[in-house]
Amino acid sequence: MQLTINGKARSFDLVQMNVAQLVEQLALIGKRLAIELNGEIVPRSQFEATKLSDGDKLEIVGAVGGG
Amino acid sequence: MNDKDNKLSDLLKIANKAYQSRLLVGTGKYKDFAETRAAIDASGAEIITVAIRRTNIGQTAGEPSLLDFLPPEEFTYLPNTAGCYSADEAVRTLRLARELLDGHQLVKLEVLGDPNTLYPNMTETLAAAKTLVKDGFDVMVYCSDDPIIAKQLEEIGCCAVMPLASLIGSGMGILNPWNLQIIIENAKIPVLVDAGVGTASDAAIAMELGCQGVLMNTAIAAAKNPVLMAGAMKKAVEAGRDAYLAGRMPKKLYSASPSSPTTGLISK
Repeated sequence: MQLTINGKARSFDLVQMNVAQLVEQLALIGKRLAIELNGEIVPRSQFEATKLSDGDKLEIVGAVGGG
Repeated sequence: MNDKDNKLSDLLKIANKAYQSRLLVGTGKYKDFAETRAAIDASGAEIITVAIRRTNIGQTAGEPSLLDFLPPEEFTYLPNTAGCYSADEAVRTLRLARELLDGHQLVKLEVLGDPNTLYPNMTETLAAAKTLVKDGFDVMVYCSDDPIIAKQLEEIGCCAVMPLASLIGSGMGILNPWNLQIIIENAKIPVLVDAGVGTASDAAIAMELGCQGVLMNTAIAAAKNPVLMAGAMKKAVEAGRDAYLAGRMPKKLYSASPSSPTTGLISK
């Protein structure tokens, strides 16, 4: 599966994948983050239920130092 | 009411929550997270700003994050929209922040207009504020020191207006106290100075003008000794607040008045 994550193209071996599996693939389990899929926020409670498709665009963000 | 009672009851109230500290601090530009934490502890701040950025994919697992050093349970996070140049980007960023922070509603809106001055774009800021207030956010808004704009932001339903004292990160201090004073006199919501404070006296002046609080980042983080400066800012904000509450003596040009008795002088 081909995805664009934070502006970068990435390919995955899995043919079917949901957002929870993606988080696992990216070794981000347990990190505090928020995810936008094609411009829509995916609530954490919906990670399992949200299936990804080839060509999806994702933004994965966290909190960093700022003023 | 004695002084102690007075202090305990003199709280900063923002969006129905009360805070002891009137100093709000940013978490950017520090050497490392340990220094960030030490400076914030020294500042006594309860509200701390954070930025929302893309997560590093493929970063080494177990790499410490800001949240490890500043747990959201201990502080009130104020996610910002730093780096946003349009209302849409700012709204999108804060919706992500709300999801990131489990439904957290208190946010700092800033929409910039120019990368050199980081001066706010108030047209976009007003548009974003409208959307965010409608969407249930408690919006503290970074703005120019234009009293009319400040009033419009209040009317939209923002919970605090935060005019700049001078440009972000400039350390130029309070450049237009007269405008700030007009904004403060007209506002029914808290007015906080955000941006431009360079040293402790600047923070004290902002508070003496009647600001409800001061938000700063660079003044602490870019000091040679950030932890010491954080403590200085805490004292300055408290001193300025006390001076404001105490009510300063009137200025009397050309009419000196001795502080010591004029009688009983020796050799008279």
